[in-house]
Amino acid sequence: MKAKTKFGIGIAIIVVTLSSLAFIGAKESKTYYHTVAELPTLTSAEMRERIRVGGDVAPGSIQHRAGRVDFTLKEADKTLQVSYVGSDPLPDTFKDGAQALVEGHAMPDGRFVAEQVQSKCASKYEAAPGGVIPADGAQTAPADPRS
Amino acid sequence: MDLFGSFALLLAFLCGIYAFCAGIAAIRTRKPLLIKSARHAGMAVCVLVWIGFASLAYLFFTDNFSMAYVVEHSNRTLATFFKFPAIWAGQEGSLLFWSFLLSIYVFSALFAYRKKHPELMPYVGVVLAGIQLFFLTLNNFIASPFKVMGMAGPGGVLQWVSRGDGQGLNPLLQYPEMIIHPPVLYSGYTGFSIPFAFALAALLGRYPGEKWIHLTRRWTMIAWGFQSAGILLGAHWAYAVLGWGGYWSWDPVENASLMPWLTGTAFLHSVMMQEKRGMMRVWNVWLVFTTFLLTILGTTLTRTGLVSSVHAFAQSDIGPWFFGFIGLGFVVCLVAFWKNRDYLRSDNSLDSLVSRESSFLFNNLILLVAVVAVLSGTLFPVLSEWVRGTKISVGAPFFNRVNLPIGLFLLFLTGVGPLLAWRKTSMASLRRNFGGPLAIGVVAGGVSVALGLRNFYVILCVILSVFVTLTILLEFYRGARVISARSGSNLLFSAGTLTMRNTRRYGGYIVHFGIVLIFIGISGTAFNQDKQMEMPVGAQMDIGPYHLTHQAFDTTQETNYSTEKATIAVDRDGQQMIMLYPEHRFYPSNQESGTMVAIYSTLKEDLYVVYAGRSPDTNQPVIHAYLNPLVKWIWLGGAIVILGTLLALMPNQQPSFALRTTEGRVPVPGSPAMAPISVSRYESPHE
Repeated sequence: MKAKTKFGIGIAIIVVTLSSLAFIGAKESKTYYHTVAELPTLTSAEMRERIRVGGDVAPGSIQHRAGRVDFTLKEADKTLQVSYVGSDPLPDTFKDGAQALVEGHAMPDGRFVAEQVQSKCASKYEAAPGGVIPADGAQTAPADPRS
Repeated sequence: MDLFGSFALLLAFLCGIYAFCAGIAAIRTRKPLLIKSARHAGMAVCVLVWIGFASLAYLFFTDNFSMAYVVEHSNRTLATFFKFPAIWAGQEGSLLFWSFLLSIYVFSALFAYRKKHPELMPYVGVVLAGIQLFFLTLNNFIASPFKVMGMAGPGGVLQWVSRGDGQGLNPLLQYPEMIIHPPVLYSGYTGFSIPFAFALAALLGRYPGEKWIHLTRRWTMIAWGFQSAGILLGAHWAYAVLGWGGYWSWDPVENASLMPWLTGTAFLHSVMMQEKRGMMRVWNVWLVFTTFLLTILGTTLTRTGLVSSVHAFAQSDIGPWFFGFIGLGFVVCLVAFWKNRDYLRSDNSLDSLVSRESSFLFNNLILLVAVVAVLSGTLFPVLSEWVRGTKISVGAPFFNRVNLPIGLFLLFLTGVGPLLAWRKTSMASLRRNFGGPLAIGVVAGGVSVALGLRNFYVILCVILSVFVTLTILLEFYRGARVISARSGSNLLFSAGTLTMRNTRRYGGYIVHFGIVLIFIGISGTAFNQDKQMEMPVGAQMDIGPYHLTHQAFDTTQETNYSTEKATIAVDRDGQQMIMLYPEHRFYPSNQESGTMVAIYSTLKEDLYVVYAGRSPDTNQPVIHAYLNPLVKWIWLGGAIVILGTLLALMPNQQPSFALRTTEGRVPVPGSPAMAPISVSRYESPHE
């Protein structure tokens, strides 16, 4: 039994250490998914988290300004004003009517400050008859074939 | 050809049903003719699947744009070379490709053992036919790649139409590596079906002893080797094509391929405990079950949009089928286990904390924790939605925090494990085996601190890498010295002889050495630098020791894409090193674009230059340069891992008679603790 007890202790140490590391890691990197409609209903604590929102880019709303790009995301009949402040150039697929996924923080005045924008041209897959898209890939890759 | 192909698949499905039912009947009645007929049906399934796949390939190579699947994934201007990846670029084709590779394995297994193991093989045939039936159901009825283009004609009658051209292949896939990466990774995924089938068959048939493990050892290693190579090729593709400067981002797709690899690795190690000591029978059976279910879960995750639906792009109706299959598979495993659990009782129990057994146990435990962490991180959005009603995702920091210590602990075990004796290891032998390597490792760690390293994990990685490399070298040296003393040949030649005599053991060490190199490569990530700036022609940038000058910027029109290309001269210490051409391609046929990263790679570091597009404010080209130390070591380590796996797959060369008789009796000088092992070391293999 002695060896087994030692084992138990060893296993317990490993599991506890790793779970606490996992807990810290999760806390550091978690991102909340919300819909455009949900954003105004968030509590102030929820507003401070990193948030990801998806929607369609409203046609004609993209405006390049100094140091940022403003546009409007539409989901059903709700809209969201977004300012993209990231340093990476926007993906080519980011244009009027494209599906976009923005990640960043919600501001108290209702604007959304995005640090990352991923987008996909909506038209392609409408044209594909019954086509199914493989899983979304890393970063801004539209489709990751490594399945 | 489309009718031919879909008919072949339908026939394969029917043959599969026959193989499955006749197999069960054969097990019950034990009629030799029925057993034979079920086996032949199983082999016919495979041949029919090959025909179906060949038909799909034919449709691609003849540019048949009346086929919906061809239209979606190919076009006339696509280079012939890239018609291969186009075949498996979409859901339907990749599922058929899965069936295709699976049927190669199934056929080989059924054929190789056609005259052997009459008690076991009917069960194996039934399990394999069951797996094939699932995929053939998808290929035939859910996601057939042989759908033709239709359009409502006059009077609402559906008419066939043919398009003039297709939509083209996703540019991200128009990269040479994409021709070999999916086949290799899929060969890994599908290959785990074979050990799974044998394990389940042995359990259902209460097949005596560890025979199934000996039978499946090579199959598992083949699958493992493919999976390892597939993961690394995928990482390399991501590095060279996606253009974000890294090779691993803990993306669900990557995680999906890593999880079965982790359990497969655990399985490869823990079977040794069952072979030598009759322990861990329950554990091994469950490891191989888990590995198989994880391969299916892996492909489910990437196809169904379960996880990527949080990216809001991919949706598919194929999910319930996969979840049904995983659930069914799990229930079958559970029932088979529960009914036959008495057959899996262990012969031995654990004797000591410092023993080979315990190092394997910790290795398994740690790998399993890694799987749980990766799985929960990947499924976090789904789990959090169930539990709290909000989707929450976790990113790289979560995975890194958990997996870095796990990786380093595994690296430690890699050095320690093989040198510990079975049952119990004495302090004296610990000191003798590990004292030197550990001391040198610590010195190396001290030197790296003195040179300015401050990252704890990196220092630990240096110590462990040196330690493990030395223990491996020491093992080769000790064995080679004995052979060299007897045969009179030099040490290097003797090391070769040694390896060929026990390919499994020494091939394994070579795999371990490859893993060490991969760890060294990964540790380089701690020193990554990157810099992004607007660079009109003539602009300059300094990163690390390199000096970049933007010399020219070209826009050209190729046959199926247009491209913007920067020409960048790289200098180091005032000397011209190389010209780099980072490029951005735009494919009008499907409105997609792709990045061509330019990399100047040395053993010390990679200079990785991306043309990131034009600045939204000034319309000037933006260049993003990364300095990634030691990345080449990862690919190098990967090649050595594969080399070691291939060596371990080779049959052992028998030593001469005189050597075999003395080897067991005379203790090897300097390592008496190893003597009991060296007896079994020269036993003939079990195959």
